[in-house]
Amino acid sequence: MTNGTRGPFVNGVLARFAEEHEGLPGAALPWLRRVRSDAIGRFAELGLPTTRHEDWKYTSVAAIERRAFDTPFDASSNGLAERALARHALDGTHRLVFVDGRYAPGLSRLDTLPAGAQVGSLAAAIAARPDRLEDLFVADDEAPANGFTTLNSALWADGAWIDLAPGVVLDMPIHLLFITTRNDLASFPRNLVRAGAEAGVTLIEHHAGPDDASYFTDAVTRIVLGKGARVAHAKLQQEGRRSFHIAAIHAEQAQDSRFGSHAFAFGGQLARSEIATRLGAEDCEAKLVGLYVGSGRQHIDHHTCIDHAQPRGTSREVYKGVLDGAARAVFNGRVIVRPDAQQTDAQQSNRNLLLSDSAEVDTKPQLEIWADDVKCAHGATVGQLDADQLHYLRSRGIDEAAARSLLIRAFAADTLEGIEHAALRARLESLLPGGLPEAA
Amino acid sequence: MLEIRNLHVTVDDKPILRGLDLTVMAGEVHAIMGPNGSGKSTLAHVLAGREGYVVTAGEILYLGKNLLELAPEERAREGIFLAFQYPVEIPGVANIYLLKAAVNAVRRHRGEQELDAMDFLVLVKEKFRLMDMDESLLYRAVNEGFSGGEKKRNEILQMAVLEPRLAILDETDSGLDIDALKVVANGVEAMRDPDRAIILVTHYQRLLDHIRPDRVHVLAQGRIALSGGPELAQELERRGYGWVEAEAQKMAGAGAQ
Repeated sequence: MTNGTRGPFVNGVLARFAEEHEGLPGAALPWLRRVRSDAIGRFAELGLPTTRHEDWKYTSVAAIERRAFDTPFDASSNGLAERALARHALDGTHRLVFVDGRYAPGLSRLDTLPAGAQVGSLAAAIAARPDRLEDLFVADDEAPANGFTTLNSALWADGAWIDLAPGVVLDMPIHLLFITTRNDLASFPRNLVRAGAEAGVTLIEHHAGPDDASYFTDAVTRIVLGKGARVAHAKLQQEGRRSFHIAAIHAEQAQDSRFGSHAFAFGGQLARSEIATRLGAEDCEAKLVGLYVGSGRQHIDHHTCIDHAQPRGTSREVYKGVLDGAARAVFNGRVIVRPDAQQTDAQQSNRNLLLSDSAEVDTKPQLEIWADDVKCAHGATVGQLDADQLHYLRSRGIDEAAARSLLIRAFAADTLEGIEHAALRARLESLLPGGLPEAA
Repeated sequence: MLEIRNLHVTVDDKPILRGLDLTVMAGEVHAIMGPNGSGKSTLAHVLAGREGYVVTAGEILYLGKNLLELAPEERAREGIFLAFQYPVEIPGVANIYLLKAAVNAVRRHRGEQELDAMDFLVLVKEKFRLMDMDESLLYRAVNEGFSGGEKKRNEILQMAVLEPRLAILDETDSGLDIDALKVVANGVEAMRDPDRAIILVTHYQRLLDHIRPDRVHVLAQGRIALSGGPELAQELERRGYGWVEAEAQKMAGAGAQ
């Protein structure tokens, strides 16, 4: 993979690394220095992926490549961050806020946490107790990478560090809010989550920024689930309409663990999320749900990978898309069932609703099954609003626009299943395509 | 209330209705009968404003207005209700939501205040009892997973809640067992009102054993071939549709000369 391209973007980040790496978290730790310098070396080799890479066939990042995101970090956001927080805060959560890629303690709010729960800034954790994190970073170093995840390894400045001792269950979700305030800014959030045996937590990873700024977010979240752990990860992507958002979420599951992922993508000019989980021991469960909503000329890509490595794993995956205007979406759902993963039960579905003639979706299930005693099913559909349903609603007095909204909303709404937190659910309901229904 | 003059309708460029005349007065119940393919359901769809049904000639006046100028939702708000032969399933939209949206669309149109949740629930539950329906269906998605009988009852329930001026029932009796047929017939009978007209589109006489029509029309070759009182339905039950069609053909032949 040395056929990456090199333009203003690559040159810009290489220069930035040379200038800034001495000031990045953990610069004094030899092992972390090595991780970072290895990563930037690999990135210099890889460059950004091109559409010649199979995984990037339908998503060109040429628009990123042409840009140098060179606005330096500045701790004062002129009240923009406060206003964004007022809009995006969620009641009933612990909250870690990051502004332009750096932790903002003044905007964050942690209620009393049970003993054995570490929740805070990753940069602070690296400074305070690097020994606890080394193995996670080294494991991460070996995870599958592309130019973007590699770049994040080299340049991350902060993110969330969540470490739960065995048996520690947080009742309240943790809201990780990443706010971008500046034009031409690049941020590289890195989140590390470790849930010990039987521990449990719900995370809300939320990215937001203004529509009038063009910026770049390159986020990586890594989640390690111990035996019997339960982690629910909800991603809410509300980046500005001129922004670029590239993110990876990688989970690693131990025996009997349960990983739930909800991915809601609304914003960005070009947005891509890779969500992968490895069911690395027996009797794991994974549930991946997603909703992407695009209009205008948005491009929204989801690549998921569910890797069944050991027996009796169960996975359920439902992704839905609603596309209007000249929006384009990509869904690639990879499911691997390795030779040892007998009695795997995997189901995947991807359904798309196209609201205009110019909207487009490329959907690709990718099943790789190496075991023989398995149940695997998948299905993908691309369709339009149903004319019979529309007419039926209109024949009951509901005007055409309202009938369309109602059907679009109905299509999308079941992706909210399993979202129990009241404030998050209400927020998502307000963001569903079709708009809010009249009170019924 | 409804006046149809010389109505010609094509579907996919194929003429289905060919000069249909029909007058229905407030307070009346009319039955439109006829063999398969005679155009009965086409008439029902045209009245409700279904796309794909092209009126090539003739006119429809409803309460003195040109019905053909109105969008389907405007017709509904003006008091027209079609009970579908094949009610549509709408996953993700709760039955109660549709009912409330429909009721309030009509009320807004009439300049009336929207019903609040409490009044609405009282109204709907009363109609559920009338239709002998399980209230759990209220919270299920519209028609989704309903049995054939439940779907038909749900149509009549909507009619009872919406209280239309002109109700058209398209083959509501098809696929109903005798108990369900009685419930549906009772629901329709309860709607009989001096200010309301009801058109029953049906292939069989059996619904008319329970709902006595004021007028019976037989549709053949895309027009009304024969009209009469309730006794006509019984005659059709005895003699079938063959003789009416033969008459209609003779008439069409005579008309062409």
